[in-house]
This record gives sequence, structure tokens and C-alpha cells, in this order.
Amino acid sequence: MTQLVFAKAFRRHVTCPDAVIEQASTVGAAFAGYFELHPAVRSYVLDDAGRIRRHVTLFVDGEQVTHVDALTTPVTPTSTIHVFQALSGG
Amino acid sequence: MHPHPNQDVLLSTRKGLFRLRDGQLDLLGFLGVQVSNAVRDPRDGRIHAALDHGHFGCKLQYSDDDGATWVETDAPAYPQPTNGEVHVDPVRGEPVEWSTKLIWTIEPGHASRPGELWCGTIPGGMFRSTDRGETWSLVESLWDHPTRSQWFGGGFDDPGLHSISLHPSDPDTLAVGLSAGGVWVTRDGTRSWAPATGMNAPYTPPEEAGNPAMQDPHRIARCPAAPEVAWVQHHGGMYRSTDGCSSWTEITGVDPSTFGFAVAAHPTDPDTAWFVPAASDEVRVPVDGRVVVTRTRDGGATFEQLTDGLPQHNAWHLVYRHGLDVDASGEQLVLGSTSGGVWTSIDGGDHWTEVTNDLPPVLAVRFT
Repeated sequence: MTQLVFAKAFRRHVTCPDAVIEQASTVGAAFAGYFELHPAVRSYVLDDAGRIRRHVTLFVDGEQVTHVDALTTPVTPTSTIHVFQALSGG
Repeated sequence: MHPHPNQDVLLSTRKGLFRLRDGQLDLLGFLGVQVSNAVRDPRDGRIHAALDHGHFGCKLQYSDDDGATWVETDAPAYPQPTNGEVHVDPVRGEPVEWSTKLIWTIEPGHASRPGELWCGTIPGGMFRSTDRGETWSLVESLWDHPTRSQWFGGGFDDPGLHSISLHPSDPDTLAVGLSAGGVWVTRDGTRSWAPATGMNAPYTPPEEAGNPAMQDPHRIARCPAAPEVAWVQHHGGMYRSTDGCSSWTEITGVDPSTFGFAVAAHPTDPDTAWFVPAASDEVRVPVDGRVVVTRTRDGGATFEQLTDGLPQHNAWHLVYRHGLDVDASGEQLVLGSTSGGVWTSIDGGDHWTEVTNDLPPVLAVRFT
């Protein structure tokens, strides 16, 4: 049961409640499960090519993960994924 | 009373360098070119201007005749890594190039070292000149710091060094600020660096919020007469230090907002500073469309909102981190916005006079 937590910067623009995703083994799988529940959030996290948006920052259990590895980064049933607006691009 | 500052102001803008003299604006050069910062060295009168040509890269020019003519000099250039080590940025995982993306600040050095200047760049490198800005070399001790792999972009894709704060009585002591890489203090002439503590990064998970290398200080301003006292406008709030930038205490409960970019420290009164609030990280405009400067005169315990002469209706001006300056008297202030507005005060901010609303976006203002 991986937990997804969105920073308030997202909540201004799209309804993205924190959620628990069952049976996700990677960040990508956790997002896929989340987007099934909240499809409108997908385009705020991923671009149209399916990549993490350039100015979105991800942490898994407090550790920052880079976009290059993000979607394949393993998660455990007790993991928390934090999704932040990067400070760049402001 | 004299209505305008009696000192020149350099106004670096998205489309050229301007000078404010006795209430009059003049183009000083580089029309159409982004001038990321400019400073007049008080020791020799030389004006240094940092340019970003976009297509043609970052350049430095200087003038020894008050801006009448300019000389292009060697811009700060990164050496190439020799050990094959590749740093990737922690957000995207892309290699951080050893290449000057922006010259963000230029700071004349200590009075006892006449040729010395410093500059800060994106992607985070600090450079030193010992020949009045003719040539520059990377301060490797900071660039090679093991925490650099944690630095990330704040405002730009790559980290940037925007504040270089000298200590008036010790030329070997400096504090620098990086967005986002924290505040670092050297007391041995840049041989070693200590991270500043006490700041908090609400844009990271709780586990990382206190990590000194992940802080985003937007600007450091030190009181020259009491150099152990300094102020920071941080991405997550406002801070004050009383130990020479080594540790910081948050200032809370300031209306209309504790978010912003710019801060100026009074030159002689360590209890007085000015900030320019914006609504929030997510909404980078003045609260309710009212341009406000906040001022404390009691060390940050209380603040007043200064508005007289500043636009108070549908005024969506943002003031960048180098967009506020105070002169050596502590009475004259200048404020420049990304909407091309410039205001001055000659009474410590009690009253402001609009200079113009028509400049290109203002990136930096500096008394000469």
C-alpha cells in the first residue's frame, strides 16, 4: 500500500487527494494506479510523452529520485511517494 | 527636501542597462541585451555589467568612464572536469554541465584587497578575480564540495549562486547563498566552507526539510556595521542570523506574507531590514495586487507595511532577489519590478516616488 502525497502547488490546479495504492512495485506502477482513480492528475505529473514533467520533483521515502530512474524506482508496501513542484522554472 | 536619491542607481533589465541619476533615467548601454546584474566598484569606480546574450552566451563588460565606453573582458569560464566525474542534477538526473549559464551576481571584494572581485553563476560556481575583473577563476573548494550533488535549481533549471556577502572587518570571511544549495560560510579565504543551519525547506519531505544543502535562500543581506547580523529571504520564509550567517532563526507571522525574493539590510542599524513580500510560492505576485515593502526596526520582532507612493490597486509587480537596494546612509532605497516599475525612497521607505512604469523587466538595482 504505497502512499502518494501531493504538494499543495498541485492542489491549486487539480483535485489530487493523497491516496494509498495497492500492489505497486514501482513508482510508475503506483502512479498508474493513482491515475486510474484520478485521471485528471496524469497530465500534471507526466508530459504528453509519458515523462515526468521537467519541473516536478519526486521523493521516495524521503530520498529524491531523478527523472531518469523515477518510474522504475522500486517501492514497497510501506513506501511514501512525495510529489512536489520543483523550485526551478519559477 | 531633495525629491530623488542623490546617488546614482544602476538598473539591470531584460533589455539593457539603465542609470537613474537625480530622478532621470538614461540608457547606459546594451539595448536589447539581457543585463543580469551590474555593479560599480566603489574602490576604483569601474562599472561591471554581466550580460546574457542568449544566442551568444554570457559576457562581462566593464566601463572606466561612467558607462560612456565599455570593454569586453574574459567572462567566468568553468574548467573541464579532469577526473571524469559526472554530477547529475537530483531532480532530472541529467548531467550538470561545467558551463556558465548565467552570471547572477558580481560583488566587489574587500576594501583591503583592491583587485579582488567575486561573482556567482548558474550552475552554482563562484568565481574570483584578483585583477579588477579582467580574468576569473573558479573557487574550486565550493564547486567540489561533496554536497553539490544535492544542489538543485531554484528559479532556473540549474542551481545558482546569487549572494556573496562580505564581512567588513575580515577579508577572509564570506557567506554565499545558493538557490537551491543553502548558505555557506568560509572564514579562511574560501579554503573551507561550513553549512549554515536553522533553515527549513517546506518543499521537501519532512526528512529532508532541515538539510542545509537543500535550502533555498533567495537572498542574503548583511548589516555592514554589525556584520554578525544578517537577513535571508528564503523560499520558505524569512530568517535572521546573529552569528555571521552560521545559524538562522525563522521570523514568522509577518503580514501580508513571509514569501518573497528580495531583502535589504540597514547599513548601520542591525535591527532594521526591508523585505518585499509576494503572495506565495505558487502565486508570485503581491498580495491583493498591492505593492508593499515590509520593514522591521526591532530585529524582526515586528514589521510595518510601507505603502505610501507604491501602487495599491491591480499592481501585480514581482520584485526579484536583486530588485531592492539600500544606500550607505540607510535612508535611500530603490525598488525595481518585473513589470518595469521603479520606485525610490529617501526616508527609509516611509514614502516612495515612482520613477517609471515603463522599463523592461528589472532584474537588479544597485546604488553606485
